[in-house]
Amino acid sequence: MVPSTRLYDYLLRLGDNALILGQRLGEWCGHGPVLEQDIALTNIALDLIGQARLWLEYAAQTAGKGQTEDDLAFLRDAGAFRNALLVEQPNGDFAHTIIRQFLFDAWNFALHEDLCNSGDLQIRAIAEKSLKEIAYHRKYSSEWTIRLGDGTEESRSRMQTALEDLWTYAGELWNPDDLDREMAEAGISPHLERLQPAVEKYIRDILTEATLEIPAGTWMQSGGKQGRHSEHLGYILAEMQFLQRAYPGLEW
Amino acid sequence: MSRERMEEYFQATIDADQKIEPKDWMPDAYRKTLIRQISQHAHSEIVGMLPEGNWITRAPNLRRKAALLAKVQDEAGHGLYLYSACETLGVEREELLDQLHSGQAKYSSIFNYPTLTWADIGAIGWLVDGAAIMNQVPLCRCSYGPYARAMVRICKEESFHQRQGYEIMLTLCRGSDEQKAMAQDALNRWWWPALMMFGPNDKESTHSEQSMKWRIKRISNDELRQRFVDMTVPQADFLGIQVPDPDMKWNESTGHYDFGPINWDEFWNVVKGNGPCNRERLKARVQAHEEGSWVREAAMAYAEKRKQRAEERARVA
Repeated sequence: MVPSTRLYDYLLRLGDNALILGQRLGEWCGHGPVLEQDIALTNIALDLIGQARLWLEYAAQTAGKGQTEDDLAFLRDAGAFRNALLVEQPNGDFAHTIIRQFLFDAWNFALHEDLCNSGDLQIRAIAEKSLKEIAYHRKYSSEWTIRLGDGTEESRSRMQTALEDLWTYAGELWNPDDLDREMAEAGISPHLERLQPAVEKYIRDILTEATLEIPAGTWMQSGGKQGRHSEHLGYILAEMQFLQRAYPGLEW
Repeated sequence: MSRERMEEYFQATIDADQKIEPKDWMPDAYRKTLIRQISQHAHSEIVGMLPEGNWITRAPNLRRKAALLAKVQDEAGHGLYLYSACETLGVEREELLDQLHSGQAKYSSIFNYPTLTWADIGAIGWLVDGAAIMNQVPLCRCSYGPYARAMVRICKEESFHQRQGYEIMLTLCRGSDEQKAMAQDALNRWWWPALMMFGPNDKESTHSEQSMKWRIKRISNDELRQRFVDMTVPQADFLGIQVPDPDMKWNESTGHYDFGPINWDEFWNVVKGNGPCNRERLKARVQAHEEGSWVREAAMAYAEKRKQRAEERARVA
């Protein structure tokens, strides 16, 4: 048995990744490059917010302090968020949004595939429900990575720039820290280093087809999973939490 | 068949309440009227995503955030079916979008008002979707088949949105004094623009008579507006907030609510482009389209490459 405070921290990672990425994608709504893609991005945002609710509800239950999913989403400050740095990066142009999504989905799919075998039954149930959605997200972001990478000269150059900007945040996803190891030892989550080869292979295969090149020798940033975030998260929360902060304790 | 005979046959089909389908003969003016009306409707759905989308990132809890995302996504979906219905009349979506972006095509003026508080999301669902349903239910029986069928689906979703909007208002009205004040303020700001959604009074309405004859329109602007008022005032009473009209009162003899004069100067002013958000809304649409052009070009270039590669493979084999 892992201590409930450790499980709580781990669940926050899962919930916060989904929440913050969903929040970012929600910014696209009404501004997409073409109506069909506006709908697709909103659809992914909607899936992610749904997943975030399940994870955060379970996290709140694990903490046992009578909190709700909304308390966790709307009343924590940036330092208490446990999402990876990648998902809080700005939308940028459509290329940045797609590369961010692709890197996240490639890893998130492999993670959830394994979480379907988690020793924690609740995690297993949430992962099973989410996996179908994540499989679609990965298909979507992979196809667009290929299409835009192998599209026009301009689209290729935008995609390569996005990859260079964002690759530095990919490593945090699959480089384990103490909490990841502890969860893996307890049979709750997979060993991240065991996921990594397949994830990297998937990414390389798609990027090759997209005629894009993985930036060489990039330093991998980290810190989000432990609560040390980029400057962006504070603004995301200022916007997201505005009503709950301005009018505390009300029903909406 | 002579043109006169074709027109007679066309009108007889309509009078018999039969549908006109894309391949049927139709007068040019009928086609033009439909393209104008359906594309305006499609543009309204797309521009309408902006005021509501404005609150997605600030929705007060996760349940509301998910519901709002789903709602705005539905509006985008409505835009898609309506553009498709319009395409059956022989005009491409790209051309319709150009008309929107150049300011040549109109969209519902209601979306040129700002969403200033969360209560506006409730008020839009309740009043704007409510008025839209009033307008749209009769369109499910419109003479043009593809439009009528698109409307059946759209109306189902809109009535769900309307209930959701009303439920937001109800939650606010049962909440704190601040929340109730927010709900009242939203009603104050959206009430008159919602009444204007039904269009000019019948005697001022330029397109109505012909559209009635073609059964594109079945109920007059004033009659629909009255139905909306009669339905909505008791709902406001139930919420415990007041419609901002000192002349509003129940008329025992007519069995309807009497209401005060609508400020048509404001209506025409907003139609002409002087609403609080006209420039902003159009700019947002144009910007999304322009910034998306490299994406659309790349998608076409890629599709073309794939086709060529498949042809090459077929030649080699």
